[in-house]
Amino acid sequence: MLNVIWAALMVAAVVCGIATGRIEQVSNAVFSGASEAVSVWITLLSMLVMWGGMTEIMECSGLSAAIGRALAPLVRRLMPELRDRPKACTAVALSLAANMLGLGNAATPLGLKAMKELHAANGGSAIAGNSMVTFVVLCSVSVQLIPTGVAALRAGCGSASPMAIMPAVWFASAGALVVGVGLSRMLAGRFTAA
Amino acid sequence: MSQIGSYALPVLLAAVLLHGLYKRVPVFDAFLNGAATGLQTAVRLLPTLVGMLTAVAMLQTSGAVELLATALAPVASLIGLPAEVLPLALIHPVSGSGATAVLADLLHRFGPDSVIGNVASVMCGSGETTLYAVTVYYGSCGVTRTRHTLVSALAADCAVAVLSGIGVRLLLA
Repeated sequence: MLNVIWAALMVAAVVCGIATGRIEQVSNAVFSGASEAVSVWITLLSMLVMWGGMTEIMECSGLSAAIGRALAPLVRRLMPELRDRPKACTAVALSLAANMLGLGNAATPLGLKAMKELHAANGGSAIAGNSMVTFVVLCSVSVQLIPTGVAALRAGCGSASPMAIMPAVWFASAGALVVGVGLSRMLAGRFTAA
Repeated sequence: MSQIGSYALPVLLAAVLLHGLYKRVPVFDAFLNGAATGLQTAVRLLPTLVGMLTAVAMLQTSGAVELLATALAPVASLIGLPAEVLPLALIHPVSGSGATAVLADLLHRFGPDSVIGNVASVMCGSGETTLYAVTVYYGSCGVTRTRHTLVSALAADCAVAVLSGIGVRLLLA
């Protein structure tokens, strides 16, 4: 699927670039896009190293297991496959907790760690397991309780109440969560792992 | 409100360290072990990011988003969404930095407290960049067949687009 999407994005860009007369900008974007990707990666790299270290401390001290136990009922509801996979369950719980607290930078490394555990629980297959699908959808919706980034942008543009959007954000993300997670469970049977 | 955000992270860090010391964990050694694992994950991710973000950058400069937004304008009015926010709805699942740029432009042109400004803000505040999440999360562990992930995640993005229009009308009027 990603193979097709990736190729489609690039081919569409070239075709549209020719059609709209912006092929020169598209050509430049090949280089600027790649170097922008590297600077995004450097930010991600520093976060992965920093939070990889911090979560290891939490693991050794038993803190992550405690958080995992607290959130286990929720995780098992969302991903019944993880019933007897405490390690994966804990990793997913930690990542969800970071997401809900709005620790965006910590949430990605924790999420990637959770993916590693889910991958192991799925026997290291190259085909996504059901719980992996649900987890990625959860992360892509990622309910943010306090939308700080957008609020800052609004404040910068002279908004009278930058945070006024909060209830509507909760409403929209909750709906998206129900749709995304619901579909990820319902479609599991249609897209078989074979 | 944003004040709470700046407390959360440092306080959490201190709490983790104090708890670690209390449990007699060699905290710096543990940190180095975990950090090395994080580095390995990061190295795996570089090719994924360069490939995908280059494609996205090309698409953004090509004018494809504007073309698609024009074509979809009738759909927007059907679901009660201002046509001006359609480009944002299209770019939001694909590129985070692109969405921020479009949002900033809309806020400047129409004002942050206008209906368009509010709908655009809600859209941007809800949900991560889907394509980024899918490529990075699967790329980090070498999964190539993502099954129904994209269908489900993109349906959630459509829900965000529709619900941000409804949410602003219901909760911000």
